[in-house]
Parts: sequence; C-alpha cells; structure tokens
Amino acid sequence: MKLLLEHAHVEGIRYYDTYRKHGGYRSVEKAFKMTPEEIVEEVKKSGLRGRGGAGFPTGMKWSFLAKPEGVPRHLVCNADESEPGTFKDRYLMEFIPHLLIEGLIVSSFALGSNMTYIYIRGEYAWIVDILEQAIAEAKNNGWLGKNILNSGFDCEIYVQRGGGAYICGEETALIESLEGKRGNPRIKPPFPAIQGVWMRPTVVNNVETLAAVVPIINNGGEAYASIGVGKSTGTKLLSVCGNVKKPGIYEIDMTQSVEEFIFSDEYCGGIPNGKRLKACIPGGSSVPILPANLLLKTAKGETRTMSYESLSDGGFASGSMMGSGGFIVFDEDQCVVRHTMTLARFYNHESCGQCSPCREGTGWMYKILKNIEYGKGKMSDIDLLWDIQRKIEGNTICPLGDAAAWPVAAAIRHFRDEFEWHITNADEAQNRNYGLAHYADPIHVPAGA
Amino acid sequence: MSEQPKFKVTIDNITVEVPAGTTILNAARMIGGDVTPPAMCYYSKLEGSGGKCRTCLVEVSKGSEKDPRPMPKLVASCRTTVMDGMEVKNITSEKVLDARKGVVEFLLMNHPLDCPVCDQAGECHLQDLSYEHGAATTRYEFDRRTFEKEDLGDYISLHMTRCILCYRCVYTAEQLTNQREHGVLDRGDHASISTLLGKSLDNEFIGNVIDVCPVGALTDKTFRFKNRVWFTKPVDAHRDCPTCSGKVRLWMRGDEVFRVTARKDQWGEVEEWICNDCRFHKKETKDWVIEGPSKISRHSVISQGHYVGVKKAPVLIDKVIGKDPKLLMDIHSISDVNRPEVELSKIAGPAHSDDFKNE
Repeated sequence: MKLLLEHAHVEGIRYYDTYRKHGGYRSVEKAFKMTPEEIVEEVKKSGLRGRGGAGFPTGMKWSFLAKPEGVPRHLVCNADESEPGTFKDRYLMEFIPHLLIEGLIVSSFALGSNMTYIYIRGEYAWIVDILEQAIAEAKNNGWLGKNILNSGFDCEIYVQRGGGAYICGEETALIESLEGKRGNPRIKPPFPAIQGVWMRPTVVNNVETLAAVVPIINNGGEAYASIGVGKSTGTKLLSVCGNVKKPGIYEIDMTQSVEEFIFSDEYCGGIPNGKRLKACIPGGSSVPILPANLLLKTAKGETRTMSYESLSDGGFASGSMMGSGGFIVFDEDQCVVRHTMTLARFYNHESCGQCSPCREGTGWMYKILKNIEYGKGKMSDIDLLWDIQRKIEGNTICPLGDAAAWPVAAAIRHFRDEFEWHITNADEAQNRNYGLAHYADPIHVPAGA
Repeated sequence: MSEQPKFKVTIDNITVEVPAGTTILNAARMIGGDVTPPAMCYYSKLEGSGGKCRTCLVEVSKGSEKDPRPMPKLVASCRTTVMDGMEVKNITSEKVLDARKGVVEFLLMNHPLDCPVCDQAGECHLQDLSYEHGAATTRYEFDRRTFEKEDLGDYISLHMTRCILCYRCVYTAEQLTNQREHGVLDRGDHASISTLLGKSLDNEFIGNVIDVCPVGALTDKTFRFKNRVWFTKPVDAHRDCPTCSGKVRLWMRGDEVFRVTARKDQWGEVEEWICNDCRFHKKETKDWVIEGPSKISRHSVISQGHYVGVKKAPVLIDKVIGKDPKLLMDIHSISDVNRPEVELSKIAGPAHSDDFKNE
C-alpha cells in the first residue's frame, strides 16, 4: 500500500511538470473548494497521528490552535530530522519535494497561515536547494504567493536552515531557533498552539505528517482511516538500517507483523551473512531497545505487528514505541553495551544544557558506560546507571532527558547479564568487541548456520 | 474594576488563597516554612527566569476542582500556575524528595568543593540546598569539568567551574541593561557563561549579576579574598544616588566597609537593584547614612553569635515551690569519695545500691 511513495520512482518526479502530470496539486484544487474547518474535520476523521515520534493526533493538534482576531498564525514544518536511525523525511524531501509543498499549502490554508516555514536541519544543505527550487516552481505556477487560485488566500513558504543541533527538533527549541535565538526548549505551558513563533499561535508538524495531508484530502479522511489498524491509520514510512539485507525506506500500512517486516523479501529481507536477529530499536534511537523474543511476540505471546499500539504493547517493561520510524536491527554479533554507550555519547553531546538533570546526568551515564565498555566497570555501576536514568526521566524541561534515559533503561532491563559479562570478562569483551549471542532469536536460524 | 479571582490551593495539606496566575512556588512562599520548595534559578524579579534547575519540582496530586486528574510528571513549581482547588505535595511526597535529591546530586557533581576559598561561602544557595537536601557523599568518580579562565573586567570575577547555569545573570543583563554582553556559549555540560571575544562587562547596572548569582560563579572583585562574609556585619544604609535608589547593605567590620550589596529579602532576592557606583566605589562609612543592622535569618551562618528572638526560659521552680529547691538526696554524704577514712584508690566505682543499705 503506497500513498506517499506512490510516484516516488517516476523519473523526474522532483520537478513540477512531472509531478503535476502524475496528479500533483490536485489536493490544493480540492481543498480550496472546501472551508478550512472542513479540512481540519477531514484530517480529524482520518485519524492521522503525528509522524515525528510522539504520535499525537494531528487533527486534535490543529483544533487546539488559538485563533485570536488580528494575530497572524503560523505553520512550521519540522524537517530537523536528527534522530539517529531516522532518515525518512530526507527521502521525501529529496525525491518528492512537491509532495511536501502541496501538503504545506493545504495545511496552511486549513490553519490560516500566510507565512509558513520549513525548518530544516543544517546538515541537509543540498535539500534546501531542492526545496527552494520546488517552492519557486510552485510559485511560478500560481500555487503560492498572493491570491492562490483566486481564493483570496495568500501563502508564502520559507526555508530556514538550522545549525545542526538535535535539540532543535523539539518543537519549542525549533521555534526559538527559528526566531534567531539559542535553541533552548521553552517551558510549557504556554504551548505553541497558543504562543509559538514570535508569540503567535503556531502549529509545528513533521514533514511526513504534512505530506500525509495530501492523500487525506485527495481520497477523503474516511478512506485514509480505513487503511491500517485500530488507531494506527494510514501508512507510515520506516527507515530501516542496521543488519538487514535490504536497508532503506519502506512505506507500510501498519498491518504487517514485525516478523514479516524483518524476514520477508518484500521488506527487509532478513539478516545478512547467515546471522541471527538479536535485538531491534523499532522507532529511532530514543525508544527502548527490544530483544528478539520480545520483538517478535508480545509478553502475552501475541504476534507483534508494526502498529503504534502493538509496538508499545506491554509498556516499557516489555514493549517499545513506534517513535519516528527509525528501525534499527542488530544481529547476534552486536554489542548492546557498546551501542548504549554510543547513544549516551550522542545525548550527552546534544543536550542543550539548560536544565540540570539532563546536562549533568547524560555526561555521567556516558562516562560510566565508557568505563564498562573499556573494561574498567564495576558491578555497582549497573545499579548506579539505573538510578541516574531514573532521576533524569520525567524531571527535565523537554523530552530529550527521557530520550536519553530510555535507551539506557531498556538496555539494562533486557540485557543486564550482558553488562555483567562485560564487567567480569573485561578483556574478552574488549578484544572481541561484541556482546552475548544468547539473546539471539532461536527460531529464525538461517539454513547452513 | 473587576475583582481578581482568588484560587484556593492546598500545599502539603495547608490551604491558602492566592490570586489567579500565581505560581505554586509563590503560593508556597506565602505559607512559608518547610513547604516552600527551594529555587536555584527562579528569581521573582526577573521575567522568564525559572524552570531550569529543577530543584523546585513538586507533585500535583489534584489538578483542579474542575479537572481533578493528577499531573503525570513532577512539575517545576516556579513556572506552573495554580488552579482553583489544586492539591500539591512537596515535602509530603517521597517522589519529590527523591527527585530533589537527584537534582542536588547532579548540581554538585561538577561543582568544585572549594568553599574554603570561595567568597560566596556563607551566603551560597547551593551550600544551603546541599545541606538540606543533599547526600553526604558523592557517587561521581570522574574528573570534574574545568574551563579556561575568563576575565570579565575590573569588577566581576567569573569562576565558570562553580556555575550551575541558572541563567539568572543572563536575564539580569537583558532586563537591566541596554545591551547584554554576556550569555551562554556552547551546549550541554560544556556550556559556559561567556562574552564574545573576551569583552569586559562594564554597564552601570551589571554589578547586580553578582547579587543574583546563587553560587560563587560571579563574585565581587573589589571584595575578593578580603574577608569571610560571616565575619562582616551587615548594616542597612542609603545615600543620595543619581542613578539608583541608593538603598544598600554594607558589610562592615569595625568602621571599615568591606563590601556593598543590594538588600535581599528572606528568599535571597534583591529588593532594589543598585548601580555599580554604589557597589564598587563607595567603600567608606562617610559615603553612607547608616540606618541600622540588617535583619538576617537566624539560620544563616552570618547571624552567628547574634541570638535574635531567643527567649530566656522562665524560672518555674520558684513559683511552684516558693522556696529554695531541696536536694532530695545528698550524694556526697553517701558516696565513698567524701569519706576520709576510705582510701580513694580502693573505691571500685560509682556508688552502688548496696552502699546505701548499710547507712
């Protein structure tokens, strides 16, 4: 089932003429015959959930937008895709930029935003050019600018490059950065829907969320809601990396089982080099890692599917999250301790330093994990790590503290004896530089292994 | 004029009525005492401050009368406004005390233990905080972070290692001066207070950053290593100053003025900002009209030796008996010690019940 990537492989789809020939900008024509309220209603009906990680219903977010008289409102597209393991937005923007522009025009009309911003991470330097070219093409063809399609609605889209900070993917830090300030997350409330960019009501949405508005308007909210399962409606882009035969971007309708997704040839194609699956992070680096047995089946023994509900089944004790869709697969040779250390280093480096638990705690966790990884760990360090992550989680201004704490917590929760093995067999762990294989999936043993 | 609505809020089972829009912290300050959460970064006089240090975290066990759901996470009481019927747990919540202990540990982790040579010692909020909420030992086994030394000019000395990044000095410079010249550079645990290209801070109100600093990161260069604050005596004084209110606190020893600061209230917050001229240049008694000794909390080390508000215990025994108290048992007449015929070295120990039987 492909909605977003339907025409992704058409040659020249990056350019306006080809895109238009394949049904592009139909949703704008349709949307401008509706009222903004009808569009919001349509998005609500679709059950679309934010694709940036938190999975908050988009229609509900839109309906929270304050509409005071005489105050401009803004739509901001969050293209600051910095989560390790997530690269779906990059693909969308790089290959089908007009899909995003189209979604932005429709959403801007629905929200009444005359000035819409795309905040893109600084490292995506070449994509800025692609987007600006697409915006220019759209403007030349009358889809942007003054009085679009004689509706009386004006809209401009601006692309703003970030400076390469992970924290600016957090919506209030993004707003601060967009205003030209230091990218520190704001303290909520007030939420951006009340006071966002320049203290005006603002909606911040992920690239994929805004792109998904196009098929919702084209086919209707109900048609979109009929795809998928339960509250996981529509399609989701997953960026798969790690030890799989076919890494890349996949669009799924969230009905597949995790087992099918990893092992079928239609998707990831299984684990390469005759290895077995050991663990997986299903939704970008900050969601909890799951060992193979909990990944394929939930704690209740049901088959785990690739939906928001099923991936988070069992809470953090035995589940994980859909997150941003950065699907990272580990084979039996990968070391969880080393991996956790790498992530802790990332969060230590990316913490903004505003609030104390995250500023100090992330560095502390990294140093302890480094000691364990390089053979200087103590058994008491594991409990200490657990205590530190517990004191960071939930006590910070923004979710970065949680994102730093969860991977460490999950690694200790599910792979505690690998940490212990690392500490007691320091030399061996360091020389081989990989972890314990006994967590590996005993069922999917490749032939000949 | 419409009456501002009043909200009822219960903090640690004590109910108080506050105007709408008050934060939980300020409501708790109205009650005072132990239920007031500590605050390292919040400063009521600075707009936008607070929310960063996380020491004032509290648990909201009941959101409001209309929506009684508890808040899922601990909230920063300095930035959360009260709702009608809200119930807050501070020291009655294990969760809060545990989280606060964690925050204090995080704040102290990279803070140097140079209190013996730090000018802030004795009036340091971090000292108070760690005394009240911290653990006795540290679990942090790594080197503390260090910074390149930076010169901020002739008046203010910056010790970045002591900084807890509360942002108070940044807000002070932003809100009191025309142009802020210092700010936070870098991010994460290597973020630091700094100026662009080593500029010195010389605005005429910039001295106030010393007063707002909760730790010894920003101290007075003209007072540097001159004296310990608890050896100096705080005295309220004023002068006719053309730039500021001129209401200050002098820190004196004998007739000598060692230091001039703004007056601070019971929460350690400046009452009125003062200018650099008053702070750094008027260091003689003749510059000032002295009003009298300042009131300092009796819990502060600065008030050592001053027993304010201590009542002498009433002598009850005279009233009850009406005559001199009678010694009920004269131990000297019983003990062997007072018997000249017994050699002292033979006495085995204290008087024993057996000793009394023979009398």
